[in-house]
Amino acid sequence: MKTGGVLAAFLMAATIALVVVGTLWPVPSALAYAGGEHLLQSSSTPEGAVTSLGEAIRARAWDKAYSSLANKAQFTESQFELDLTGYYPSLLTYATVDHFDVRPIHSTDSEADFQIKLYWSTVVGLSSISRDLHVTKAGGQWQVEWPIEKQPVVPPQVIPVNYLRWDVIYRGAGEDWGTQDVEAPHVRIVDMHPVQRADGVMILGELLNEDVVPAYVSVTATLLGKNQAAIATEGSADKISHLLLPKQVTPFLIQFPDRTLSGVTGIRMTPFSNLISASADPVIEIDNQHLNPAPDASLNGQLINQSGQIVNVAHVLGTFYDKSGQLVWVADRYVNTALLPQTPVPFDIRIPEDLARSVNSERTIVATYSEGGAL
Amino acid sequence: MKPQHALLICGLLVAAQWLPAQNPRLQAPQSIAAGDGFSIQCGGSGKASLYILGINQVLKREIDLGQTVSFAPGALHNAGHYLVILKSSDSLDKSELDVTAAKSPSDLSFLAKPSRLSVGIRDGITGAVYVFDSYQNLITTPVPVTFQLSNPAGASQTRLVQTRNGAAFTSMDSTQQQGADKFVARAGDVASTRIVGQVPGDPCGIKMAAKPSGQQVRLETEPLRDCSGNAVPDGTIVTFTETYQGAQTTVDVPLKRGIAQVDMPAHNGAMLSAASGVVLGNQIRWEGQ
Repeated sequence: MKTGGVLAAFLMAATIALVVVGTLWPVPSALAYAGGEHLLQSSSTPEGAVTSLGEAIRARAWDKAYSSLANKAQFTESQFELDLTGYYPSLLTYATVDHFDVRPIHSTDSEADFQIKLYWSTVVGLSSISRDLHVTKAGGQWQVEWPIEKQPVVPPQVIPVNYLRWDVIYRGAGEDWGTQDVEAPHVRIVDMHPVQRADGVMILGELLNEDVVPAYVSVTATLLGKNQAAIATEGSADKISHLLLPKQVTPFLIQFPDRTLSGVTGIRMTPFSNLISASADPVIEIDNQHLNPAPDASLNGQLINQSGQIVNVAHVLGTFYDKSGQLVWVADRYVNTALLPQTPVPFDIRIPEDLARSVNSERTIVATYSEGGAL
Repeated sequence: MKPQHALLICGLLVAAQWLPAQNPRLQAPQSIAAGDGFSIQCGGSGKASLYILGINQVLKREIDLGQTVSFAPGALHNAGHYLVILKSSDSLDKSELDVTAAKSPSDLSFLAKPSRLSVGIRDGITGAVYVFDSYQNLITTPVPVTFQLSNPAGASQTRLVQTRNGAAFTSMDSTQQQGADKFVARAGDVASTRIVGQVPGDPCGIKMAAKPSGQQVRLETEPLRDCSGNAVPDGTIVTFTETYQGAQTTVDVPLKRGIAQVDMPAHNGAMLSAASGVVLGNQIRWEGQ
């Protein structure tokens, strides 16, 4: 009994001591999340000023970040915040900055240029945006000029939209067992190609909705070994456009991490399709697509929303072919910002360097998500 | 059913195994149609219990021996094999009775697949019918079933099939004309109808025209039709592609009122093309005309 009392007193004293130590000498990360004063690094160097701004953005300390800017007279704090998180709900609206990189571009005694790359932690993984920052020295302190991107303005107008919409009524629970139900859409895999990569086996392919109704689709692949025994099964996850309108084609990519093709005697592909209520709207134009060669091989272009509805999240999927038309790679990229009507938004899809030389042509599609709608 | 009754029935069933199949004291019909009335002659004198035991149904009557026991129509309605047991204080007699499905069909379960398919597919539509009497017993004796597939224009295909073990099936071709076809299965006075949607196939070709539209070029297809002349339905995606100096612009446009239309950047020398699914259309080299 006496020993227990001593132990309790010891634990209480240790807890108080740790609280005091944590308060007097907090770790920087804890401070950053607490929005503490000490998260801002010294602005006595241009790099320190940029890093300090990055830390404030990461901590979502918008007032501190805004007050540190040299050109804050040009915009409000609210505009600064919306410039980063989106004027309309988008992928970044509910995301936080995971980390950031600062790269010097140019520097003199009184001014400097940097590039800051912010890596946002979103529901679909890391998404990066980069901004070129001009830093100036005033009164012994360096301050960042934020390159504000003002809210795009869509002129007031009426855009008539009369594209088709499909609704589905399934059979009722009380009907006779022989009563037919609505038929699932007929889909077909029109291309399939396994690839061995350093990080595993990839199954590339294309899926066609050959029906006259919209389809919710996905694809599953099973690697087969000796005696047709299943080795592993994986699905296309989000490396596919799940909504296929009639006669539309989507690429898909199925990843088998840490697997090799040796020992695989066959691959069983299982396409899945289901009827889904859908609209033929919005229509997205994929404009000015360019294949950029290695190094830094990529496909870039811009998306133009031709409809009147705001697209909150756009998912761009690129299919890459060699000279003979053989499928060589499938890559995708989510666009950070919402697509406003008739407002171009750039996109950029990376292509692996070793495959870039064999890429001769491409085909790009866009899957869209709008608030209150479906993919 | 009370536990003591179940125990009694089990005991009767076990005891009946050792009894002769027919007994002069117990005169039951060998076979009746489901739902028909019938009677059983029970010889002797005194009181007895008459049991009729089947898979889904048990009847019990307290009777005076030496009389004919009548059962009203509908008393036995589940098809199957029944045991008839007469139990008196000093004897146990057994007979057997088959209840067969009624001869006349009263209900059809009709499975038609698929509910939607492209025009012009040979044996693309299958229909299977199970024939039941009014008590939902499968009629296992042969019954003629007529399958008829008719399109809105009035053309029809007909097949006459006899059921085997209660089922009949057939396959039919989808027609060349799109529309909601009626697929009817008929047995006697009973019919069941399903709708089979026959939809256009792939476009037979895509013909596209280009004309200036302000600062852009307007691409527009002619009305798309399949190789049977059916209009390809609205909502079908047509992909327009413009290639100019190594850059490419694509738009997936759904058909609206039979045509697809889009405005794209106007570049002299640009190659313009259209495709839908696996079908390619014509190519146009835009020269600003």
